Amino acid sequence: MCDTCGCNVTHGNAHLVQAGGKLEKTEQGRESLTVLKNLLSENDHQAGHNREHFDRRGILAVNLMSSPGAGKTALLESTIDALNGEYKVAVIEGDLETENDAERIRKRGVEAIQISTGSACHLDAHMVHDALHHMDLNGLDIVFIENVGNLVCPASFDLGQHRNITLLSVPEGDDKPAKYPVMFRAADLVLLTKADLLPVLDDFQPQRAERYLRELANDAPVLHTSVRSGAGVEQWLAWLGTELTAQRQRLAQGETARPAVQPEGATLHAGEHGGHHHPHHHLHHHD
Amino acid sequence: MHELSVCQALIREVEALAREHEARLVEQIVVRLGPLSGVEAHLLQQAYPLACAGTVAESAELVVEAVPIRVECKSCGAETEAKANRLLCGECGDWRTRLVGGDEMVLASVSMMTGTEH
Repeated sequence: MCDTCGCNVTHGNAHLVQAGGKLEKTEQGRESLTVLKNLLSENDHQAGHNREHFDRRGILAVNLMSSPGAGKTALLESTIDALNGEYKVAVIEGDLETENDAERIRKRGVEAIQISTGSACHLDAHMVHDALHHMDLNGLDIVFIENVGNLVCPASFDLGQHRNITLLSVPEGDDKPAKYPVMFRAADLVLLTKADLLPVLDDFQPQRAERYLRELANDAPVLHTSVRSGAGVEQWLAWLGTELTAQRQRLAQGETARPAVQPEGATLHAGEHGGHHHPHHHLHHHD
Repeated sequence: MHELSVCQALIREVEALAREHEARLVEQIVVRLGPLSGVEAHLLQQAYPLACAGTVAESAELVVEAVPIRVECKSCGAETEAKANRLLCGECGDWRTRLVGGDEMVLASVSMMTGTEH
């Protein structure tokens, strides 16, 4: 497949495949094999399979990433309340230990599966796949995957989601996008959470956070939200609605979507599952 | 922190290739890493002895080649080098760029010994 068709040859690696071919015998019994395969291709393959699970049922899968304590679970709680049954949702929770977050979600009347990763600092596609087999996906509109609180590792693993959302809470400071470029580059939407604290924590300048995000060549919209005051919740729900509609329209045409920026592996394998060869551009624009 | 997971995936890949080519020993593994892959070269090197222990790649050398970050400007078309947290065009300074290199996390090549030992 992609390992042999040459579609994974980029500027950076082209010289490796020229002259001498794929396999070079250097001397008797010694072989030098050119591979050019993403290190996480096994994960990416599983992620593609997960995406098919979602797509077959018309589900939009959203991956929430942030530092611990940025408010991912609180956002989901208020989202569930605000949706008031408009969409049928389910949640996959990732934490190192405890069922606490899943219990919080279940109290809102929504199915939640807890993945306890033990010592693993991120969710991977296999863990999500196991969770999917413990869920009733029929009739669902949106599956939220709440990743392990961590601004580093989760960005490297495709889970099969269609969109990435990165939360940046005001107490964390406005330079997080500059400090964690891999994570913030991967965001299709940035939610500035705990925005009700902006008047108190006045050293946090939203414009500066946004400038750092743009410097990562990311044109993702930035929404200010506060689950305490309810600010921004309406816009957030509107974003979800737009994305769900767009997902259904894509599926009607036999297409799927990946987050705008994906680790190299996902793009190498983009052709395998009948989807587009290139990540879709945002359907929403920042002004 | 996730470098061990990445390293284990790498070893599984190398083991499969070694089986396919009936190698008795893997001598060298070359990996190409970009700064925006999210994987740190030195952490990968530290995780490597744990991941390769007891496998056909146990004595193999892990070579990590660094790939520079390069962006192509959507405004002026220039292709320039950039820093991980400033992916701006080096010519005109515009932030609307496309990454053309620097997020690689690729198993580039594997050298192995095949056939029977003499």
